[in-house]
This record gives sequence, structure tokens and C-alpha cells, in this order.
Amino acid sequence: MATDASEVRRYTIALLVENRSGVLSRVSGLFSSRGYNIDSLSVGETLDPTISRMTIVVRASQPVIQQVVKQLHKLLDVIKVIDLTDEEHVSREMLLLRVGAAPGTRAEVLRIADIFRTKIVDVTPVSYTLEITGDESKIGAIIELLRPFGIQEVVRTGKVAIARGSKALSRKDQARLQQLHSAPRAVGYDD
Amino acid sequence: MKMTGAQIFCESLKREGVDVIFGLPGGAVLPVYDALYDYVQRQELRHVLVRQEAAAGHAAEAYARVTGKVGVCLVTSGPACTNLVTALADAQIDSMPIVAFTGQVPTHLIGNDAFQEADNVGICRPCTKHNYLVKDVKELASIIKEAFYVARSGRPGPVHVDLPKDILLKQTEFAYPDKVFLRSYNPTVEGHPGQIKKAAQAILKAKKPILYVGGGVINADAAPELRELAELTQIPVTMTLMGIGAFPGDHPLNLGMLGMHGAWYTNMAVISTDLLIAVGSRFDDRVTGKLDAWCPEAEVIHIDIDPSSIAKNFHVEIPIVGDAKHVVARLNRELRQLDDGSWKESRDAWWQQIRAWKAQHPLSYEWSDAIIKPQHVIQEASRQTASLDPIVATDVGQHQMWAGQYFIVNKPRHWVTSGGLGTMGYGLPAAMGAQVARPDKLVIALLGDGSFQMNMQELSTVVEERLPLKIALVNNRAHGMVRQWQELFYNRRFVGIDLSVCPDYVRLAEAFGILGLRAERPGEVTATWERALAHPGPVLIDFVVDPEEACFPMVPAGAAVRDMVLAKPMSERPEEAKARAAKLTGF
Ligand SMILES: Cc1ncc(C[n+]2csc(CCOP(=O)(O)OP(=O)(O)O)c2C)c(N)n1
Repeated sequence: MATDASEVRRYTIALLVENRSGVLSRVSGLFSSRGYNIDSLSVGETLDPTISRMTIVVRASQPVIQQVVKQLHKLLDVIKVIDLTDEEHVSREMLLLRVGAAPGTRAEVLRIADIFRTKIVDVTPVSYTLEITGDESKIGAIIELLRPFGIQEVVRTGKVAIARGSKALSRKDQARLQQLHSAPRAVGYDD
Repeated sequence: MKMTGAQIFCESLKREGVDVIFGLPGGAVLPVYDALYDYVQRQELRHVLVRQEAAAGHAAEAYARVTGKVGVCLVTSGPACTNLVTALADAQIDSMPIVAFTGQVPTHLIGNDAFQEADNVGICRPCTKHNYLVKDVKELASIIKEAFYVARSGRPGPVHVDLPKDILLKQTEFAYPDKVFLRSYNPTVEGHPGQIKKAAQAILKAKKPILYVGGGVINADAAPELRELAELTQIPVTMTLMGIGAFPGDHPLNLGMLGMHGAWYTNMAVISTDLLIAVGSRFDDRVTGKLDAWCPEAEVIHIDIDPSSIAKNFHVEIPIVGDAKHVVARLNRELRQLDDGSWKESRDAWWQQIRAWKAQHPLSYEWSDAIIKPQHVIQEASRQTASLDPIVATDVGQHQMWAGQYFIVNKPRHWVTSGGLGTMGYGLPAAMGAQVARPDKLVIALLGDGSFQMNMQELSTVVEERLPLKIALVNNRAHGMVRQWQELFYNRRFVGIDLSVCPDYVRLAEAFGILGLRAERPGEVTATWERALAHPGPVLIDFVVDPEEACFPMVPAGAAVRDMVLAKPMSERPEEAKARAAKLTGF
């Protein structure tokens, strides 16, 4: 094992679930009943309208995540659990941000927005509203850069993530499931 | 044929082979009761009216425990559902398959703070294996089918179905599905052959193996396979509180209950083992005590239907996910094939060691000629009924632990207790459920005076249903177990434990119309039990026992099993007691 079992890390878990009411609270309940805070959770329908996909980002230690993943598997509404943490994956988040733009600073705000390839989705004489997508570090960076101009409001979607390549996800997922059934100790998140 | 939701409910239950419903009516479920009328008239379904909803749940749990079938309860909306929650939580943690139906306000009123509305599905969600809100009468039959399937398959558990009133009144074509398809739910039944083989090899190699057996063996009906496993290679067997009955209590390989109130020699054997074979048991903290000091030398085989139980809080070298009956049968075949008898010598040494431990500190209590010892009450009941294989139900507290220690249960499904949740008030309704399920059997309820007072209204149900229960109050005029903890770990600062203000239990029994007996001297115990057992109807016996008696041995909570306390410290000074309490965690 590379990491200390008690070390708290951020995990990114993708779930395929039945698209019906109550599922979200069942899933989030697994975390909240153990006292763990979900950093972000996003849900949307998949190509199959009876199935939704969730991306959950949570801070926990490895034993906790192992237990939570097993418990997630147990939920009747959960079709698949995919731990993307150590998987090659692409992740994005979207941010809408309204920043003050007084006559003296408008140009500077625009330049930053441009560098980050953001879209301006609303303009008033005193503000710009930007739409930004990117991974966590990009989102973090633009917020820091715009902070001096007076950020008035932000709204974030939470992270969505998808494995790179087409096979990797399902192979690993299968392997995990199998491990889970034969050798739970070997279900590693840092291997 | 077109039917109303309420009729579909009754028909579906019949298709599931249900013969009895434990329930209590109310506005939201009246359509069901109305439909039920015909089925009750035709004696196709039986309705047992309880006096408080939790009792319906506990009775259904016990019914499931003793029959192996799914237990059913039916209550109305709002307060009825919230009353039922305790039983759902109890069934969840002890893996009891029940299906609980609750009434709900009509769908158009849901979320409007209607009369007797509660978010039943939301409230029950964390206490159930799964739950449903029926939103369309067309879904009702398939939801009921699914509910029964989910309750009994995999790791069994409670399933809750919320029934809005308008759905019960709407009509649709009735067709009961014959299959359940759930793409996300496929419990593993067959164990991994490679892992099973590994387990067999480990068992043959082990010098000091122990079988650590839980309620899962009973749920899986794996007692015969387990017995074969133990006998094949002469492995000592110890059971959790929930596992009692999984292995014959009087079998020479039986070491009795382990854990917090297990016998000293049992726990010594467990922590000294080099191979712990856990079957259908979940390494509860009441079993393991302080984890890092438990079974330090052991390799661990864990057989369980629930993957999330395995390696949850203890290391496991050979995990086997699967149904205990299947896995153990297969394990036995492997053992027969591989067995070369090489284990025999070391096993003799192992048994010698265990027998020596047993001789050193057998399970015992101090006899008194002046006052009845609670253990005596239990031992005597066990002795007098040994040939009858009675079903024993208990409440929660000291008497429960004494029953676990001193009542000899020889068969699976003959022991009914609340293990995981430790629910006071469980015993009487559970005894009712057991007697309804097995009218042919002697059912004994061993209750604490505190626990009894939590559900004593059910005596009415006992009388109404003519259940010939033998109810014994182990009456120490206290919340005995709490008293014991305050005495040992809180410097005898007794608060909230005194139950000396209580009804005259004999007259209480008589008020309900059942026979009341009392025993106050040790010399009366035998005759009182004889009289109770000879009486054809229900009896309540008030055994007035020593209020000072404590349940030993005991592993203090949070302590290592090795630091088990054998008897009450006799002359401890207050400072010493305080220092000892401070050293222990978990209080
Ligand atoms: C519903 C519920 N409330 C509180 C407790 C905590 N508790 C555990 S044992 C106990 C005392 C039990 O007293 P009694 O039924 O008289 O049995 P005894 O220990 O005296 O044999 C209490 C209060 C519990 N287990 N369940």
C-alpha cells in the first residue's frame, strides 16, 4: 500500500443509478449517516433515460471509502459504482460568476476573461457575468484573479468526471466488482 | 380481472404465501381493512390486532425468525408509521426479513401537511433494506412482489411499502408477476470455489481453530451444514447472541456465547485461536471488545452473504461472499476430499487447553438461600423444559445476557432476541409473533421488569389471540443493566434506574385476564415454574430476584476481551473504582 490507510484524501466516485425519486437521498444518506461531508455531487440523465449518472467528490480515508463503496453497491437503485480517483479521467466543473466592472477596470476584467477563454453571458454598466468551464485548478485560478475586482456572486455545478478511453472504465469497474466479491481486502484505491 | 388497490394488496399477500398480518388500523389504510374483511371471513388471511405499532413490527420479526418466512405488518399513516420505526431499525440490524406496509394520505395531499401525514418513506429509508412509495395502482402488485423478494434474498431485512389512500381505492387489472427483475440487485449465493478450497486448507492446517457463528447461519438454514463442519474436524463452536441455536446448546463441541458477557473460557479460546472461522457473524463491538487486542494471532476466514460486512472492522485473510448453506456445504466436501487426519494430534491439545480453562473459571454464580438469583430462574426453566425444545424470547438487559448464558437452546429458530439494536420492549411482542407462528410450541418469554413496562399493553393481544405464553418477569425492581454499569463504572451514583414504583404484576396479569404467579424465595422457583408450565393458558410469573446481582463475566465496554472481569469487585474503595472507570473508554 502506498498511502496510509487513515490518510484523508479526495475521492471521485461515479455512479450509475436508477432514474427515480428518492435515489439521491439514499445515496447522500450513506455519506451523511457516517458524518462525511460531500464536497460536490452532480446528477444528470444518461443516454438511457431510466438511468442517471452521479459524480460525487468526497473527502475520506481509504477504509471509509471502501465501506461506502460496498454500501453503495448494496443499494437497490445503484447499478454501477466506479471509483475514478486513480483512474485516468477528465473532469470539469462549470462556474457562473458575476464580477464588478467599473469603468476603470472593465478592460482588465475582459482581458482576464479572454485569457481563460470564458464566455460573457451578461453585461451591465457595472458588471460582467462570466461562464467558465474547467477543472478545479482553472476554476480556482480565475476566482483568485477576479477577486480584487469584487466578485458579487458565484454558482458552481460541482464536478463531473468521465474516464479516458472507452475500455478502461468498464474493465476496471468489472475488476473491482469481482474483487469486491472475492477479496474485499484487495479493493485498493491507491494501487 | 379488475380490482381495487386494496384487493390487489390482499391477493398479492396470498400469492406470497402470507397467512398472518400483525397490524393496527387507521384512516389511511381503511380501504385495506375493508378488503381484508372478506379474506378474514373466509379464513384466508389472519389479522392479529396489536395494541401499539412497534409490537406489530416485533411480532412480524419473530414470526420471520421462527418460520424462516417473511413476516408482515400493516399500520396506518403518520404516528403509526413513526411508532413502527423502532421495529424496522431492529429488523434491519438483525437481518430479519419483514415487509411493513404503512398507510399514507392520498397522493394529491402528500407534502401538504395533511392530517396524519408524515414523510414515511423519508423516515423509514435509513432503517430499511429498501422502501417504496406506491404512486400508481398499476405498480402495486409488482412492488409487493419485489418487496418480498428483496426482504428474503441476500442479507435479509425489512422492506417498507407506503400506500397512499387513493391508490388503494383505484382500480386496475390484476396480474401478479411471477418474476422479479432488478438489474442492480443480484446477491451472490455461491461462494468462490478457489476461496472455499483455500479455507479448507487453512482449516486442516490450523492448530487452534474456532468457529464463530452468528445469526446469518440461522437465516440461511445452514445449521446442519455447520454441525457437519464442526464435527468433521472437531472444531469448538461459539455463537453470538444472535447465533444462539445455530449449533446445539448441549453439544460437546459447543462453547456457548462469546463476547461482552460470554464465558471466560469461551473468550479465552477465541482470542487464543490461530484460525477464526466466522460464519454469518459481523464482528460486532459487543463481541470483539477493543479490536487491536482481539484474536491477535488469528488468520480469519469470513463467510457472509453481505460483502459490506466482510473486513468492515477486522482483518480477513479468506473472505467468502455467499449463502452460508451453500458455502459451508461446499467447504465440507472440500474438507472430506483433502482430509488426511493430520490435524488430530494438535486438536487434542487444543481441547485439553480449553477444558483446563473451563475448569479454572466455569460459568457460575453465587447461590443464596435467602433471595432468588436471576440465573436460577433461567436455569430452572431450561431444565424443566429441556425435552420440549421451547422457543425462548427475551427482552433486553441483564436477564437477556443471563438467558444467553444459562438457557440451553438446541435448535435454530428457537431463540428470539433483539441483538443489534438492543430494543427494550421487544420480548413480549416477539413471543407473541413466535407463538402465532408456532401454535404447537411451548413459547417462553423471559422479560426484564423495565423492558416489560415498555410494551405490557400487549397482554391484551395475548389474551385476545389465546396465546398460551409463559411469561417470566426477572424482576429486580430496576433497569438492572444500567444499574450494573453505574455501579461498576460510575462509582455507584445511581440515577434513573429505580423501578420500585411499579404495578403489582400478579394483579396486573389478573386485570388482563391471565394467570398471575409470584415467587419470592429460592425454594419456590421450581414449583412456580412447574405450575406455570402445567397451566394451559397464558401465565405471567413475577420472579422477585436479587436486585444487586450483576451479570458476569463481563468485558467492560471498550476494554480488551483479555481484561474480562470475572466477578463483582468486593471491597473496592471509591477512589479505586473511579480510577478504574477513568481508565476505560467508551462510557
Ligand atoms: C428502548 C430502549 N431504551 C433504553 C435502553 C437502554 N437500556 C439497556 S438495558 C436497560 C435496562 C433494562 O432493564 P430491565 O428490562 O428491567 O432488564 P434487567 O437489565 O433488569 O434484566 C436499559 C434502560 C434500551 N436498550 N432500549
